[in-house]
Amino acid sequence: MNILNILEEIEKTDAEVYERISPRRKAMAQFYGFGKKVALASIPLALGTMFKKAYAQTASTEVEAVLQFALTLEYLEAEFYTKGVAATGLVPAGAALGAITTIRDHENQHVAFLKTALMSLGKTPVSKPTFDFSAGNGSNTGPFANVFSNYDTFLAVAQTFEDTGVRAYKGQAPALIGSGGVLTAALNIHSVEARHAAHIRQMRKARGANVKPWITGQDTGIGAIVQASYAGEELESQAGIKITGINGQMISVAAATEAFDEPLTKAQILAIVDPFIV
Amino acid sequence: MENLRQKDEQIILQEQDILSAPLQRRSFLRYAGAGAAGIALLAAGCKKDGMMIDDSAGVNLGSGDVGILNYAYALEQLEAAFYIKVASSFYSGITEAERSLLSDIRDHEIAHREFFKNALGSNAIPGLEVDFSMINFSSRDSVLATAKAFEDLGVSAYNGAGVLIKDANYLTLAGKIVSVEARHAALIRDLISNGTFANAEVIDNNGLDKSRLPMEVLGIAAPFIKTKINANDLPKS
Repeated sequence: MNILNILEEIEKTDAEVYERISPRRKAMAQFYGFGKKVALASIPLALGTMFKKAYAQTASTEVEAVLQFALTLEYLEAEFYTKGVAATGLVPAGAALGAITTIRDHENQHVAFLKTALMSLGKTPVSKPTFDFSAGNGSNTGPFANVFSNYDTFLAVAQTFEDTGVRAYKGQAPALIGSGGVLTAALNIHSVEARHAAHIRQMRKARGANVKPWITGQDTGIGAIVQASYAGEELESQAGIKITGINGQMISVAAATEAFDEPLTKAQILAIVDPFIV
Repeated sequence: MENLRQKDEQIILQEQDILSAPLQRRSFLRYAGAGAAGIALLAAGCKKDGMMIDDSAGVNLGSGDVGILNYAYALEQLEAAFYIKVASSFYSGITEAERSLLSDIRDHEIAHREFFKNALGSNAIPGLEVDFSMINFSSRDSVLATAKAFEDLGVSAYNGAGVLIKDANYLTLAGKIVSVEARHAALIRDLISNGTFANAEVIDNNGLDKSRLPMEVLGIAAPFIKTKINANDLPKS
């Protein structure tokens, strides 16, 4: 049976086969060996080779870039919480330490997961950078110099990392269209970061910070030092539709901005985390 | 009736299995020519049980990205209706903080609902009729347990729908909403039991949240929606 016959056979059961084959990125979805490698050997060799040739390079380069970027951010968070949990007397025992430990574990799991994902795509995961959690670019005397000795500073940095992480994943999602399981996994991490953010914000509120689990306007609840992580969150319109007072509903400006979280580009995120990376 | 519901659930489960099987396996089956056989088996299973499902009945969500937006619109209608009812007469013993947070969530869900309505324009499905008869709105436990179920379901629905969306702008919009739903979910969970914002019930050993495909989500939401929803034309992959 030659390749054309095979495609004809496929078409009988899958009318969209040509569409699947044609747009490269979409086809990648069907053939991504994510987590579990595709059993390419099981597919007739000619077919496997054809798809490899047609789709392998372009899509995987873009997907790899997203995964490496995400891994870098997860390294940052994982080490931050690992050090926070280890710092004697920093996080109060009980509910607070329990929550921070839960978050630490998730961030470490994300690191491991992304490394595995990259390796399953035949890529080498980037190495963990050296971090300076004072945001001092290696001086360790940056604005958050007391981050592992002052609990409120620690929570403020945690909130910024989580809210920024949510925006980072959101910004990368479009680059993963057509990547199938990779996109779903990224979304499944994205919502976990949002859950973390909500909890950290409640922890801060309990200590007197003026924050809610969601982001109001572009309020940081921390100060100008982290403003870049919240800039743009004050959007009142989505896709050209004004949300404030929409259709005569009593939706305040605050609620309109809270109801939608905003993405940031990779460049914006890298600028935000730059002071934390030596 | 009970029997019928069980059969419905069985079929949903069967479909779920097929739909949620890893993509590569599904593709392999397809390309190996076994896909048709699998589908035929499922159809035979329906016939054997005497279940002739009328696929054309109900409000049709539509196809492509419009179908996914209508799917989200349906879920937001459900959530908004729930919180409007909650806030119209809060459960007894509610604290000021809880009242404020639940009012915020109500406003967010109304904003989401109205946004989809306007974004869809003439493609929008009509308003759905909800059924909250099993919820005791005067009970904190009942209200928060329902809120938790809806929020976790919403998060998994958006997470699972992402891969079905073709347009990058719509994907970003879904992303803008899902993280807010996740914030709601975390808060509601913490109100029920502090520290459960992201526990093992929802987060797996890889640190990943859940994602669900539309058929599964609509099956779970079905008891709360009187209007019959037809999701047959939604994208499958």
